[in-house]
Amino acid sequence: MLKPRRPAGLFHLPASFLFRYNTRPMTQYIIRRFLGLFPTLFVIITISFFVIRVAPGGPFDREKALPPQVLENIEAKYNMDKPLVVQYGMYMWDVIRGDLGPSYRYLDRDVNYYIFNSLPVSMFLGVVSLTIAIVLGVGSGIISAVRQNRLADYLSMSFAVVGISVPLFVIGPVLMYFLALQWQLLPTSGWVGGRYGWLPLIMPAVTLAFPYFAYIARLTRASVIEVLRSDYIRTARAKGLKESVIIFKHVLKGAMLPVVSYLGPAFAGIVTGSVVVEQIFRVPGLGRFFVKSAFNRDYTLIMGTVIVFSVILVVMNFIVDIVYALLDPRISYK
Amino acid sequence: MKKTILVVGLTALLVSLVFVSCGPKQEGKAAAAPAEEAEFIIGNGAEPESLDPHLVSGVPEHRIMMGIYEGLVVPDPEKATAQPGVAESWTISEDGTEYTFTIRSDAQWSDGEPITAQQVYDSWIRVLAPDLAAPYAWFPSMFIKGAAEFNAGEAGPESVAMRVIDDKTFQFETVGPLPYTLDALAHYSFAIVPTHAIEKFGSEWTLPENHVGNGPYLLSEWSPQQRIVLTPNPNYWNAGKVKLDRVVFLPVDDNTTAHNMYLNGEMDWSTDVPAGQIEAAQLRDDFQVSPYLGTYYYVFNNGREPLNDPRVRKALSMAFDRDLLVSTVTKAGELPAYSIVADMTGYPAIDGLGDDYDTARQLLADAGFPGGKGFPALSILYNTHESHKAIAEFIQEQWRENLGINVTLENQEWATYLASRRAHTFDIARAGWIGDYQDPNTFLDMFVTGGAMNGGQYSNSEYDRLIGKAARMAAGPDRFETLRQAEKIFIEEDMGIMPIYFYVNKDMIDLDKWDGWYANIMGWHPVGDIAES
Repeated sequence: MLKPRRPAGLFHLPASFLFRYNTRPMTQYIIRRFLGLFPTLFVIITISFFVIRVAPGGPFDREKALPPQVLENIEAKYNMDKPLVVQYGMYMWDVIRGDLGPSYRYLDRDVNYYIFNSLPVSMFLGVVSLTIAIVLGVGSGIISAVRQNRLADYLSMSFAVVGISVPLFVIGPVLMYFLALQWQLLPTSGWVGGRYGWLPLIMPAVTLAFPYFAYIARLTRASVIEVLRSDYIRTARAKGLKESVIIFKHVLKGAMLPVVSYLGPAFAGIVTGSVVVEQIFRVPGLGRFFVKSAFNRDYTLIMGTVIVFSVILVVMNFIVDIVYALLDPRISYK
Repeated sequence: MKKTILVVGLTALLVSLVFVSCGPKQEGKAAAAPAEEAEFIIGNGAEPESLDPHLVSGVPEHRIMMGIYEGLVVPDPEKATAQPGVAESWTISEDGTEYTFTIRSDAQWSDGEPITAQQVYDSWIRVLAPDLAAPYAWFPSMFIKGAAEFNAGEAGPESVAMRVIDDKTFQFETVGPLPYTLDALAHYSFAIVPTHAIEKFGSEWTLPENHVGNGPYLLSEWSPQQRIVLTPNPNYWNAGKVKLDRVVFLPVDDNTTAHNMYLNGEMDWSTDVPAGQIEAAQLRDDFQVSPYLGTYYYVFNNGREPLNDPRVRKALSMAFDRDLLVSTVTKAGELPAYSIVADMTGYPAIDGLGDDYDTARQLLADAGFPGGKGFPALSILYNTHESHKAIAEFIQEQWRENLGINVTLENQEWATYLASRRAHTFDIARAGWIGDYQDPNTFLDMFVTGGAMNGGQYSNSEYDRLIGKAARMAAGPDRFETLRQAEKIFIEEDMGIMPIYFYVNKDMIDLDKWDGWYANIMGWHPVGDIAES
């Protein structure tokens, strides 16, 4: 809701000062949202803790059953013989102090080690993918909007439809087949820092970026078209401004709002979509652990990955909200 | 203006925060081998659960164990039978129950410490100790007298029949004259571990910076989910036989990716071929297929109607075409199975009941379901996998065609499927068993009453008696005959389970390029023997 501007008369000077800068409500908003992150995380962690134990089977199931005494010993070692609520309390106390516990399946190192070694990999892949998606998506969206209903538009939007409809586990292997096996341009899989340098980054990043590039392209196109029709752009054209200046200085800022608000769910999607891509391309990230630990009933590793992913998603959404608020002058945060 | 700066600044901060904290880690310091080095890269399936030989139970772990540890004996690469390892010689008592080993004088750990008989003793006590909860402790418990009781917490370590005669002489007694004992000692559950290093480093002894082993290779690098690298161990007593400069194990979960990596030259040995690629692979010289000591079968829940009637079980088992199954569904050269024990030298295989639709229909009618009428809709449970699904669908269709019965299919993910089998909440369940040693007993002792792997609750006291009798007999045709009698009862009389096919090894490796890798029935290929041609 638009706040009416007070006349800047002598007696109203202090008040107009506040209204012009609008800081206090904004800061309040930020603080409120930030504090709200903690209860959200707490609920997520608590629910996850209990829900993962509902699935049949446990972390120590092997094809040949352990003798009962041995099973008892191992469960005692991991405090699994105590009541579930007690286990929950012990776990939360450890988590608060930063200790995510031992892995139940990968026995030689603890959960903190696995997470802190694989999280940077997933994050890096996610950021690179998102950057590709944004740059290509916004770029092709603008081109499509500006050349609306011409060849460039149709090509670009068809490409986008492919990106949205074809699942990652099809795009990935197809890219691998052509770029690695047939044309021998890239190694099939793996990660940076080895004998292939930066090359293994390309296919997973592009695969993961695909659906988001597609969605951002369509979003940008629609948004730019709408802004291009608006009055203030018509005014700018009438004033005789160059087209490129119009686009980059005036159109983009307004058109970016939907894209920015999409970034939150986009990042969420990239982080969770990385699970599939990491599996196909052997990327040593957190996504691979996420799935494996669920199948292994590795409770601590599952919880560790859940906590990490939740924190990331919650914080990302928070930042996106703030950025959105800053971008859009129409929004007030009382 | 200010707002734009703030926005850009925040975004840049965010991105740079992420980049700074997570630029690609400096991985694989030695990931690229110089050109003259002999490097062998293996696609090893799953990331190993541990590099402590007493805490693991899988095949990927086994391959790595064979590189960094050596037990009293090592498997011969061609036959997978016992060869001298840490022990240079041994004697077996007349009655076949007492084994005495002489440890070679130059047997030492990679840190130079000598390997002593006391360490062998301490290692085996460690794996059997109930508080370690070793998943494969049941294996040594099968052999060593007193071990099962100790492992179950019913007796102390002193009741385990092992003794240290002197620094280099170690002795133990077996529960019976089990002829396959010596070969079994190559298994990693009998591994000798560096007790001095475990004491010093505790649970971190398996990390590359601390690791001490006694195998042909040292653990140089372990980047979880990326690679495990082994380099030659100069302190290995037989260091001269080690020809490779580097061995790299790559954890590859996805079968298709592994195959693509092999085809692209990124891997020298791939340990499986995806079902859809088998036909193409068969045209290649580097597709190595050979019999594997394992049987694929369906478990009948013998406690449920109508599967408690042996006529029904036999009818089901005789009513589908196994030849057609292996030629059109599994396609890698598997052999149809009419018995549970895979083909083994010297063991006279039973005939089983064959595929015989008329007899099957007659049996079903005798059991009260003529033409399949009134037969309940049983379900076939399998763990989620494309090949299990294809096989189940084939059998489902064959039963419908040949017996007139309808069954449903149910798939569950692995842990849930195991839980169902253990809780006996299934009608028919898919199962597979790979033999642990080259003797029929590895298949047959699963099905004694109350056995840990006897999820179908098969029980026949005569069968139990024969298996128990064979366990006390010396090696030879009489013993095999006793086991054969037991198998005849199990399959030809009772059809306690439904055998389907015998496994084959499916490996991709160019044997013109690599020596020391031989197809054998156990599928064991010790890396210490592999060399460039």
